[in-house]
Amino acid sequence: MVKIVEEIRYHTICVLVDNEAGVLARVIGLFSGRGYNIDSLTVAEVDPNEKLSLITVVTSGTPMIIEQIKAQLGRLVPVHKVSDLTVEGPHVERELALVKVAATGEKRGESMLTANIFRARVVDSTSESFVFEIVGSSEKLDAFIRAMTPLGLVDVSRTGVVAIARGAKPL
Amino acid sequence: MTNERLSGSQLLLKALADQGVDVVFGYPGGVVLPLYDELFKQNRIRHVLVRHEQGAVHAAEGYARSTGKVGVVLVTSGPGATNTVTGLTDALMDSIPIVCLTGQVPTSLIGNDAFQEADITGITRACTKHNYLVKDINRLARTIHEAFYVARSGRPGPVLVDLPKDILTGEGSYVGPELVTHKSYHPVVKGETSSIAKAVEMMAEAKRPLLYCGGGVINSGPAASEALTQFLHMTGFPITLTLMGLGAVPASDGQYLGMVGMHGTYEANLAMHGCDLMIAIGSRFDDRVTGRTNAFSPHSTKIHVDIDPSNINKNVMVDLPIVGDVANVLGEMISLWRARTKRPDRKRLEPWWKQIEEWRGRKCLNYPPSDKLIKPQYAIQRLYELTRNRDTYITTEVGQHQMWAAQHYKFESPKRWMTSGGLGTMGYGLPAAIGVQVAHPESLVVDIAGDSSIMMNIQEVATAVQYHLPVKVFITNNKYMGMVRQWQELLYGGRYSQSHNESQPDFVKLAEAFGAVGLRCDKPDELDATIERMIAANAPVLCEVIVDPSENCFPMIPAGAAHNEMLLGPFKDGIAKSASENDGMVLI
Ligand SMILES: Cc1ncc(C[n+]2csc(CCOP(=O)(O)OP(=O)(O)O)c2C)c(N)n1
Repeated sequence: MVKIVEEIRYHTICVLVDNEAGVLARVIGLFSGRGYNIDSLTVAEVDPNEKLSLITVVTSGTPMIIEQIKAQLGRLVPVHKVSDLTVEGPHVERELALVKVAATGEKRGESMLTANIFRARVVDSTSESFVFEIVGSSEKLDAFIRAMTPLGLVDVSRTGVVAIARGAKPL
Repeated sequence: MTNERLSGSQLLLKALADQGVDVVFGYPGGVVLPLYDELFKQNRIRHVLVRHEQGAVHAAEGYARSTGKVGVVLVTSGPGATNTVTGLTDALMDSIPIVCLTGQVPTSLIGNDAFQEADITGITRACTKHNYLVKDINRLARTIHEAFYVARSGRPGPVLVDLPKDILTGEGSYVGPELVTHKSYHPVVKGETSSIAKAVEMMAEAKRPLLYCGGGVINSGPAASEALTQFLHMTGFPITLTLMGLGAVPASDGQYLGMVGMHGTYEANLAMHGCDLMIAIGSRFDDRVTGRTNAFSPHSTKIHVDIDPSNINKNVMVDLPIVGDVANVLGEMISLWRARTKRPDRKRLEPWWKQIEEWRGRKCLNYPPSDKLIKPQYAIQRLYELTRNRDTYITTEVGQHQMWAAQHYKFESPKRWMTSGGLGTMGYGLPAAIGVQVAHPESLVVDIAGDSSIMMNIQEVATAVQYHLPVKVFITNNKYMGMVRQWQELLYGGRYSQSHNESQPDFVKLAEAFGAVGLRCDKPDELDATIERMIAANAPVLCEVIVDPSENCFPMIPAGAAHNEMLLGPFKDGIAKSASENDGMVLI
């Protein structure tokens, strides 16, 4: 006689896996095969000695779906640990974006000014373009990209979210 | 690690031997020839040559389910490997431990669209518990041991190991199973004691409890079935079993209500609907069991014991989950129940049992008898009566006959009943029976089949003949895909679109052409004698029983309906007879 709460929420989930062939395909295949959402996904090796990679995935769903996602991830043989940062306490989330803006004259100046406000760095510059690097929450990146759109936005490349729990405790 | 250098094929066979493998089901081809050559030179491991690779997987499933051991499959690359996909999916859905060894083109050619190359690890990622592509010969033995460990641990399942040809021909060194531990995969077997204690308290209080148990009990092993039967008697609770769980407790037990689900009994389904405490053990709230989930057992508190955490709260939210191995958890439940100082009063269950007896009185499995046509239910009942006192194993194909077998064949012990539950794979039964017969050469093995399903893997009769495996294929021939016809009758206005077999082989001649025995019967009063002849034959038999083509399988909960919206049939003019119950439950 359990009440089913249907509210959809975003969750940031970290998955520690063996860095072996096909592991990312397994994780992605699980999400697509079972109809779960992937809003962002990043992966890189974090422990070269133990050959472990960390996958950070941002997903959304009802509490029942999120529980399923975690249980299904935990069931994959190369998965060592699944941790739902959204429910496990305070954590830091960051994303990096490279943003290319092509502009001359007034707009060029304005894009530089906006970048300063957002603390974005210039990493490439030509007489008619900039590439900015910006780090922060996904919302901050969204806002920056919105601000750059009327100023000559050309391309955006984003890393997706990486996250880590606050405090001394390991994953 | 020994320093002895062995070829990949030798390493593989040594690893299989060390895993206790005595038989593999397979089919050769180009890239696995080095391995077949090595097989030829030894007699430690027996190879059973099937006639289609799907058959190899089902045979390995039958072997695994009837023994509790891991079933092993060996096939070549490309088409050999892709032919295993249905079987692997079947084994995944029904949690059957299988290790499937596939050949692969040499590592240098992988990705080049080489002859008979298929990305089988990619293809089977979603239909195996895990899979491996071996790229380093020094990891070969280790990988094989890991594969067996993963296949049989936790919730069992199929594991595929892809073996490039150069790995089979290269040289490397061996590691024994004792030296291989898995880095990340360590399923929880012991249930949380505090939760088990809580469960016991809830059970002691319940007035309308029901045990709902499934294939997890069988997979957990004989100790789990024994513990369940013991617990059943200690508590006095009623129990229902799923299709996969039949035999987990004896069908003759007075507390057993029959099978639950779409074609389950009236009493089992109404007990599911009306219970106040549901204790699910090794069952997974499959949609064929729950019907419409928002109407599923609306008044019950639910306890769920399962070894796979992903089964918890998947289809139905439960109040008390216990993750662990069934035998382990039941063992603890039994000691906690015993240790209770206050004996739970059995009297409290009396009104519940009275209600159940009323439901039982409905005799939902009865059917109108006939002395002209053989009713399919009658055929199964006679088969049961004539084989029940023998050492019998039953497999089935998929369709009405499967459901009638589940309803009318009474299983007294586990591992005697092999059916494709989760995937519902037509063509499962015959190769599965072959696998069972390989494991139990002296036993009676019967595949209860439909005339459509049997055609899906009919080629395996040749396998049975080759190895003198006296499997009995009991074909209930209604000339239809009966289950499809039934749905079309009930739900599609009787438009029998493509469900009739206009042309059928002469099964008697077909059997003879294979070198097997063919029998046919179409009169009720000749049925017993035909079954006796089938049993007596010391050879594979195709026994064709011509049954009433219009019979439907009841009770039936239509897909998407609730447990108390059960069709009891039989149908007159396409409209179900209605019956009303005093407690207001509607039977359409
Ligand atoms: C491989 C496969 N294809 C299709 C189906 C769909 N299906 C389920 S039952 C059935 C009919 C089975 O007919 P038969 O074997 O004659 O058994 P009956 O229902 O007549 O007893 C079909 C086509 C299936 N379960 N498996």
